[in-house]
Amino acid sequence: MESFLQAVKVVPLNHYILLSAIIFSIGVIGVLIRRNAIVVFMSVELMLNAVNLLLTVFSVYSNDPNGQVFVFFIMALAAAEIAIGLAIIVMIHRNTNSIDVDILNRLKW
Amino acid sequence: MSIFYFIAFLSILFSLLVIFAKNPVHSVLYLIITFFTFTIHYIILNAQFLAVVNFIVYMGAILVLFLFVLMMLNLNKDTEPTKSIYVKLAGVIGGGALLVTLVAAIKLTAKSNPVVLKDVNLGSVQNLGKVLFNEFLLPFEVSSILLLSAMVGAVLLATKEGKPKATTV
Repeated sequence: MESFLQAVKVVPLNHYILLSAIIFSIGVIGVLIRRNAIVVFMSVELMLNAVNLLLTVFSVYSNDPNGQVFVFFIMALAAAEIAIGLAIIVMIHRNTNSIDVDILNRLKW
Repeated sequence: MSIFYFIAFLSILFSLLVIFAKNPVHSVLYLIITFFTFTIHYIILNAQFLAVVNFIVYMGAILVLFLFVLMMLNLNKDTEPTKSIYVKLAGVIGGGALLVTLVAAIKLTAKSNPVVLKDVNLGSVQNLGKVLFNEFLLPFEVSSILLLSAMVGAVLLATKEGKPKATTV
């Protein structure tokens, strides 16, 4: 644990922001290029986690525990979101026999 | 120092594998590894409570739910029709443009202090519990209502219509 605490002391803040930005962008690309609804959902999870990590980093950076409490609330919200989203996917699969997001275009008209 | 860069490399590698794996089950397994690297990030930042919650809630509960739905829908085969190469290219370019914008914005903020842990007890369960149950008591209670309504909604959405006694979830 002590070596971990030493390790964090030399990483600049920008590198953490860069890591979160890269993972957030990977999530965005995943949402754009995949057709499987569950994989799209996993990409959204990836974006949520990138934001969580960045909030924690800023919390440590400014020595403020509120950021970590926010991350806790985001995790509770993500759990609720996953349950609802997967229920919707199951319902869509029951109605259309597919979870391809490209055939769900009836909201267009 | 090198621990962070190694783990960051692993995070990026496995999150790329999540979106480029053909088989959805492989995607979920890669996502589990990605979340494990995030847990290691939290441990490096000495956010012990978040590390444990991330480990239990994300890796234990949410991803098992994903796998469960994949198995239930019998989607563990490569039946996904792929988008055309132009749409994929446009998606990658769009995401890349977002990344370039973010990185450029970071570069403009010239100063970058190292992330220094000032208080070792910042992320401990005791400290966070005191904050959570003093300042954030009302949001905490409201989130319990959110979870209850999410549970009711999930059961309502996923139950088959016309069969009020259906036990499938």
